[in-house]
Amino acid sequence: MISVKNLKKSFGDLEVLRDINVEIEEKEVVVVIGPSGSGKSTFIRCLNRIEDITGGHVYIEGTDISQRKVNINKVRTDVGMVFQQFNLFPHKTVMENIMLSPMVVRKWKKKDAEEKALSLLRKVGLEDKAGVYPESLSGGQKQRVAIARALCMEPKVMLFDEPTSALDPEMVGEVLEVMKQLANEGMTMIVVTHEMGFAREVGDRVLFMDGGYIVEEAKPEDIFNNPKEERTKAFLSKVL
Amino acid sequence: MDFRWEIISEYLPFFMRGLGYTILASLIGFLVGALIGLVIGMGKSLSNPILRLPFIWYVNIFRGTPLLVQIFLIHFAVMPIFIKPPEPLISLIVALALNSAAYIAEIFRAGINSIDKGQREAAYSLGMNHAQVLRHVVLPQAFKRMIPPLGNEFIVLVKDSSLGAVIAAPELFYWGRVAVGAYSRVWEPYLAVAVLYFVVCLVLSYVQSFLERKYATDDQRKKPKKVVRRSRGAAGH
Repeated sequence: MISVKNLKKSFGDLEVLRDINVEIEEKEVVVVIGPSGSGKSTFIRCLNRIEDITGGHVYIEGTDISQRKVNINKVRTDVGMVFQQFNLFPHKTVMENIMLSPMVVRKWKKKDAEEKALSLLRKVGLEDKAGVYPESLSGGQKQRVAIARALCMEPKVMLFDEPTSALDPEMVGEVLEVMKQLANEGMTMIVVTHEMGFAREVGDRVLFMDGGYIVEEAKPEDIFNNPKEERTKAFLSKVL
Repeated sequence: MDFRWEIISEYLPFFMRGLGYTILASLIGFLVGALIGLVIGMGKSLSNPILRLPFIWYVNIFRGTPLLVQIFLIHFAVMPIFIKPPEPLISLIVALALNSAAYIAEIFRAGINSIDKGQREAAYSLGMNHAQVLRHVVLPQAFKRMIPPLGNEFIVLVKDSSLGAVIAAPELFYWGRVAVGAYSRVWEPYLAVAVLYFVVCLVLSYVQSFLERKYATDDQRKKPKKVVRRSRGAAGH
């Protein structure tokens, strides 16, 4: 479903991603962990080209999005993304946030978008917040709305870029719960996170990144119980 | 000192007509300036440094030279190419438009740049193209932040339009000078003119702060659209 080949990314002279290779299957939940500065956020942001790709290839369902002439907007309709800072549109209500893109990009009728948005709000447990502006929501609620907004485009894969890192501890659970539910429904997911519990419980595979490389990849139980690489061991000993 | 009110009352019709032209020239100058400013502002944001250059220098030149000099150049040097003899009011409007465009371009650019990059990223990640991102996400938010500086710019423009008097554009200050010339009295005409400018600018500044309040607090004040809220009313009892 997603295939990354020799992906490189530099910011000026700074090489952030050096040589990333990975295959991600449909319905797989891949969790990316690693120390800060390891390139994991940059990596996930290259998967929908929010970050320009310096070298190598990223295939989304066979389309090589590293090619400039690719209609990236079309590809992005199938790739949902959830950000650390939520990035809800402050001038729009919760409902309008969710309905905007389906109506503008997918050209849905208002009624259809409304129906879908409401059902998604129900799913993330925020039906009663439909008419309010994001400002009045807690961090956890904002992130759940952001998830609903991404889901309303009916994406084939969801990217989560540290979705709980900006949350107060007591709100992390409600967001992880929604993500867990999504994983159980068979959504293909790539999750950059520091939540090792989530990685262990929900992940099908864990990628450990450091210094712009994927240093180790394995099933959660293997990587957490028997890390093979020294750097993985060192990192896990600090966070577990 | 005696104050001769009759000078003011005699010239009031001319002052009012002049005021009409002052507002007309400022308004057209501002609107045309906003259109040009939008183009310049976008031009200044181009990624190609060579294409960007003319827009940057447009702003540099019009902000870096006095409006009075621009008015003279436009009226006596540029406009005669198109209109013979040049029409002072048109020259004034052209000068105001070109001058304000430089300032408005900066206002647009700063307003758009002030919107958090995450807003754009979220919109792009939802599949929107550049135009859709701008129209639905960036501009509505940027516009709110542009209201105060745009209001200031318009008020400045109304006052600066008085420079049109030196090329005999029949705006308010021009008629003030005519009255001074006719009676050899300075207090009455100039004070009357000053009061009229003051009233217009005062009204404009109230309009500005009204718009500012209306849009700045829009998100908070707007009642939640349908659903909810009812429960909160009950809690108040």
